[in-house]
Amino acid sequence: MPTPLSENTDALNADKLKAAERRETLTILALTLPAIIAVFLVIVVPVGWLFSLSFLDSSGQLSLDNYQKMIEYKSYIRVFKTTFNVSFLTTFLCILIGYPLAYFLSQIPKKYVGLFMLTVLLPFWTSLLVRTYAWLVMLQRNGLINNFAIELGIWDTPVKLAHNLNGTLIGMVHIMLPFLVLPLYAAMRRIDRHALQAAANLGATPVQAFWQVFVPLSLPGVVAGSLIVFVLCLGFYVTPAVLGGGKVILVSMQITAILEDQFNWGAASALGVVLLVATFAVLLLASRFLKLDSVMFGRR
Amino acid sequence: MASDRSASLSISITELTKSYGDVFALNTVSIDVKAGEFLTLLGPSGSGKTTLLMAIAGFNRPDSGRICFGDHDVTVLPPHKREVGMVFQNYALFPHMSVFENVAFPLKLRKIGTEEKHQRVMEALKTVQLSDYAERGIDQLSGGQRQRVALARAFVFGPKILLMDEPLSALDKKLREEMQIELKQLHRQLGVTTVYVTHDQREALTMSDRIAVINEGELAQIGTPREIYNAPANHFVAGFIGESSSVPVTRDTAGNLLYDNIKIGKAPAGSKDKKWSLVIRPERLSLTEPKARKTAGRIYFQGKISELVYQGETAIIMIRLNDGQELTARVNTRAGDDVDTLSVGQSLRVAIDKKDMIIIPGEAR
Repeated sequence: MPTPLSENTDALNADKLKAAERRETLTILALTLPAIIAVFLVIVVPVGWLFSLSFLDSSGQLSLDNYQKMIEYKSYIRVFKTTFNVSFLTTFLCILIGYPLAYFLSQIPKKYVGLFMLTVLLPFWTSLLVRTYAWLVMLQRNGLINNFAIELGIWDTPVKLAHNLNGTLIGMVHIMLPFLVLPLYAAMRRIDRHALQAAANLGATPVQAFWQVFVPLSLPGVVAGSLIVFVLCLGFYVTPAVLGGGKVILVSMQITAILEDQFNWGAASALGVVLLVATFAVLLLASRFLKLDSVMFGRR
Repeated sequence: MASDRSASLSISITELTKSYGDVFALNTVSIDVKAGEFLTLLGPSGSGKTTLLMAIAGFNRPDSGRICFGDHDVTVLPPHKREVGMVFQNYALFPHMSVFENVAFPLKLRKIGTEEKHQRVMEALKTVQLSDYAERGIDQLSGGQRQRVALARAFVFGPKILLMDEPLSALDKKLREEMQIELKQLHRQLGVTTVYVTHDQREALTMSDRIAVINEGELAQIGTPREIYNAPANHFVAGFIGESSSVPVTRDTAGNLLYDNIKIGKAPAGSKDKKWSLVIRPERLSLTEPKARKTAGRIYFQGKISELVYQGETAIIMIRLNDGQELTARVNTRAGDDVDTLSVGQSLRVAIDKKDMIIIPGEAR
């Protein structure tokens, strides 16, 4: 019986070829090592530290105190509820505004896309803080929008647009919009033009072709964009802090408050851990129902 | 299903013109497709054949001209009202639907009841031999199977005209040849008027009742495969369909066309063309003994073999004539045959029957 080729080291050049393969594996490992070390230092170590801090009480003893408080105090649960509500509403409004925008961008000739894309990207390139305060100027009681609306007689008394949920949502939607529009636009561009022609050829009116072919084929883009927006919203701080006026408390703001008021690293860390876990849970849930691989990385 | 000619419509295209900037994609093209006919639009890429097909389907608007289905003018009718089936080059199936849903799509739009819809879809899938694949997703199908789904979807709603845009170009050679025969049989079975676009001359010859050769936006020639092959109207058609070589022909003052001082034809009265060519299909040439006596009714060419290519069932012999012209002959091979004894550099005489000669105006490019 002949020895299997892989074990037959007597075969012509088998040992040399095996050594060459080993060398190649080592080379690749050596080349990736700096990146692996960097990822370890920048991600694994801080998150591990965060985890360990969350299990220490105020006196530095190992305990589950921080997590227990989160279940006991209603205010914590309320903050998480608000965070998810605001994130969900922001995502929903982004889809409502972003879908038609992305559709428009995907239908115009390619040479004009750059120009219109600029209207999406220009704010994106401006400082987050600048945009947020700009919205405050526009939305406040005697701001641009209220003054204009009263002048034009749209409403009589100033409407409360800032320092509440309205302001938070307006600001967050504006800042999150590009994160939805960009992947959605890319997905729409990938839709086979011929599939829509085929729909028309088979008797579909333009409206039928849109709803029965274009929209279903654009859904992966909607999912990808929504997930990015939703996950970013969960940890968003600056805009809700400024435009919410302390009335809309999100987890990130609660963390800051705990640190500033009580200097309680343990409690703050525990909140951070729960938020992180919740975010992973959302992604996990999404991947259960959708082929996240294909949505996020364009794999089939 | 018996072929039912009333299930098809004629197509009448009159002086259709479409330009993109300064370039004519179609230049006053007129073609009549008979009801139930299989017509192929054949041409190189960029010749305008796809533009013409898209105009028939309603996807591009011509600058001028008229398109009629039967006696119904559809020139300005939007695509979804034309009731023509179409098979796209990349199939254009709906990836978010199953095979069944894809084929049912046109029936759903026509609000056909569940039971009848199911029956018609399954019947169409049976016709294309995909009955067992109804519940499959599109990404689970091979290229040939996708092709069949696209086909079933295009005829399931009973269109009277079927359009196909290079439907076989993505398949490998063997499958393509099988599908050519299948499409031909399907056409006979459905009896539907079919306009088929291809750049593959062999495919066109294999499948068509008639071929319309399109070049640079103009109709170069229309006719049956035999007419196109045996009597090409010009150098483009002669060169694009089949293999050919060409030698110049002189014209005397009386209008006689001469090769090697032998009269081979006469220029039609009133034709002004000074230059003429004798076009020769390689398989119409036969080897003759160099010293044998010449017979009337044949034209002889004397030269040396410049290249010899053995291709199995046939061999190609390239011959450099004594006047410098190149000629290609294709001869059948048999073990121990003449061909086996030939070698490059050897002198050779080949002959062609006068009835096999193609004489067309102009010089070969």
